[in-house]
Amino acid sequence: MTTVAERTQRLDESWGEAPGLGSWFTTVDHKKIGRRYIWTASVFFAMAGFEALALRTQLARPDQTLIGPGAYNQLFTMHGTTMIFLFATPMLFGFGNYFVPLMLGARDMAFPRLNAFGYWVFLFAGLLMNASFLFGQAPNGGWFNYVPLTGPQYTPKVNIGFYTVGLLFLGISTTAGAINFIVTTFKLRAPGMSLNRIPLFVWAILATAFAVVFALPALNADNAMLLLDRKFGFHFFDPAGGGDPVLWQHLFWLFGHPDVYIIVLPALGIVSAIVPVFSRRPMVGYFWLVLANVATAVISFGVWVHHMFAVGLPQLSMSFFSAASLVITIPGGIQIFSWVATMLRGRLVLATPMLFVLGFLISFVAGGLTGVMFAVVPFDQQVTDSYFVVAHFHYVLFGGAVFPILAALYYWMPKITGRLLSERLGRLSFWLIFGGFNLLFFPMHVSGLLGMPRRVYTFLPGLGWEGWNLASSVGAYVVALGFLASLVNLLWSLRRGEPAGDDPWGGDSLEWATSSPPPPYNFATVPVVHSAYPLWEDRFRERLDAARGSEERQLAGDHEVLRTSELDAEPERAIEMPSETVVPLVVALGFLVAFAGLLAGWYLVAALGVPVVLGGLAAWAWPRRQEPAR
Amino acid sequence: MTADARAVTAPTAEEVAAEVPAGRPTGWWGMVMFITTEATLFAALVASYFYLRFQSTPDWPPGGIKAPELSLPLVMSAILLSSSGPMVLADRGIRAGHVGRLRLGLAATFVLGATFLGLQGYEYMTKLEEFTPRTNVYGSLFFAITGFHGMHVLVGLLLILFVMVRAWLGHFDKGRHLHVQTTAMYWHFVDAVWVVIMLSLYIGPHL
Repeated sequence: MTTVAERTQRLDESWGEAPGLGSWFTTVDHKKIGRRYIWTASVFFAMAGFEALALRTQLARPDQTLIGPGAYNQLFTMHGTTMIFLFATPMLFGFGNYFVPLMLGARDMAFPRLNAFGYWVFLFAGLLMNASFLFGQAPNGGWFNYVPLTGPQYTPKVNIGFYTVGLLFLGISTTAGAINFIVTTFKLRAPGMSLNRIPLFVWAILATAFAVVFALPALNADNAMLLLDRKFGFHFFDPAGGGDPVLWQHLFWLFGHPDVYIIVLPALGIVSAIVPVFSRRPMVGYFWLVLANVATAVISFGVWVHHMFAVGLPQLSMSFFSAASLVITIPGGIQIFSWVATMLRGRLVLATPMLFVLGFLISFVAGGLTGVMFAVVPFDQQVTDSYFVVAHFHYVLFGGAVFPILAALYYWMPKITGRLLSERLGRLSFWLIFGGFNLLFFPMHVSGLLGMPRRVYTFLPGLGWEGWNLASSVGAYVVALGFLASLVNLLWSLRRGEPAGDDPWGGDSLEWATSSPPPPYNFATVPVVHSAYPLWEDRFRERLDAARGSEERQLAGDHEVLRTSELDAEPERAIEMPSETVVPLVVALGFLVAFAGLLAGWYLVAALGVPVVLGGLAAWAWPRRQEPAR
Repeated sequence: MTADARAVTAPTAEEVAAEVPAGRPTGWWGMVMFITTEATLFAALVASYFYLRFQSTPDWPPGGIKAPELSLPLVMSAILLSSSGPMVLADRGIRAGHVGRLRLGLAATFVLGATFLGLQGYEYMTKLEEFTPRTNVYGSLFFAITGFHGMHVLVGLLLILFVMVRAWLGHFDKGRHLHVQTTAMYWHFVDAVWVVIMLSLYIGPHL
């Protein structure tokens, strides 16, 4: 028999990682990795933001020559590619990494080393893609990279190589992360957290992860074929050799439309986490929200052709996809009505996270309304490739993802850093961003309807576009100021912020049941839940504290987590988790060598990466010690 | 026969318990999801094959290439599909605690898989005399899809090799065999994909 104090000490010893620079490269702690995802994605966000500022500066007045057409193409391509692939998904995966295990009452992700590996691959792929700027050869075919423009004939230089190779490399990270989320949610939930008690944010991450598993292969196949066409003279997209450029579009949007929901669903999950806490009541229609989540993820695979209404496809397929695109508004509507009903039936608290949620609701509904317009084929054909499209998808993606991400920042940063952010600076940031956002993107609806095409590097005076463009450009700078305010707020809070305490908002989910920041093992005692809102249960904390006496609940064996059953989260057995190791970094570096060699055309160098990867994987899978019998 | 269900003995507690699904380990789920996403990748490639085939000229294969000769691919199929048999033997064997069956099954699977890969190399040499991936889109599709599958066979062989080493070192017994199980799952998946490729790329052009 051991005492509580001894067991706690044992937890500290087996979960603590060595301090210093070494653990920087070897950590497998989901919280450190989550933090890194968030910071790295923020840096990519800043880069893509500066690219956007450059674009808006060029378009502030007609006939400007600040940026030439070639550089403009690279900037808008990298702005879109970075925002979609290197900011939105990694940022949301970062919050998922940090908070999914905490909300589940677990001590880590199911595959901690895979998690570390995923981060390294994301970092290297992002650096690889942005290294293109050093050569003045950034991708320049737009973020959806249509052939034949991006094929070997019209872009013979390496630009598109950074896109295809970079995204194939990045795909490894995204897939690994998605599988990790799925298995974590299936197997590491706190006892009692049956399917109908999983927090809505985790449900959203789960639906997203499944969408990644099924959608990403289409993008990977597409990029692999383009790579073969460009580097080795294959003919997949080359009509002269019997190929077909439209295949690129089908595969791209078969990935690309689900990807919109891969970005938006976790963001909606953030909203579902925040709304009940600041309405001070359980969510109205939890069950319907879960169904809407899953339905959105499924239906998103049946709407991709609405990106291709102007391509010249058969009428029948256009009608089918038009109908499917209208159907997907139903689960979207269910979620909106659930949130609004929760707010109306609750006692609303307007703290900064909730302000950003309200900003999200307004902009996302506006973006959704223009989305319904695009589902109508004749309208779509009128405004396709105009600034109206740019306005629409920024209302959806900025409104639908960036506002929730900012809400999450203000809501969860106190848990991550242990410090509260300034409310006053937060409000200022919100109003600057919300006002600037509408000033930036609303006029684009008008300039688009007036006929301004997207992706032009300048325009002539006298077309009636000047005022709208100037307004957009001013709005861009206001938004930038708003982000600056949040950055200052964050840095200020790290040094001067008030201590947050365990639970600054009176939250409902398990991350608020532990200290801020949490200890390496998250929970000294494995929590047991009886509802979807464990912290709002009667005497939850007393019961958790009382359980410290139980050896079983404290689970202080060697670096152990509790594995539970898939449906009912009944305890199965304790499993030992791997400790810090440099192997994931080595394997990621091996992949980097292989992909960089492939990109540069140095195939011998690329081949050198293979033994590193294989050796690393063998070391990874080799048992640390004789595994215990199951 | 009686119509009164209560007159017949009710199932015992053990019989009921045996029907409750056993909780799966995390590694099992990890492999299931990995196979799922890989299968989707092959689905995207095979769908691209049919898309390009039906967008193309009435002749398939185009450009005077003959429809693929079937005898060698049928032999290859027989070899690869039969390799799943010893894999089942290995997997079932270690579940019952027979290390010998595990080693024998793995070795047989490895030999059959390596033979398949060797025959594919031989097939490539004869094919390359007729057409290459650069000849036209048919060549691109044929070599990309079969080559991608061949890479999966190679990965499967490396996995088997790894598990074989561990089996000889005595890492596995009745209660410890997760890597055997996941390797077997991957191998069966690679076999199943070959059936789709055989039907689409080899038999399809004859229909």
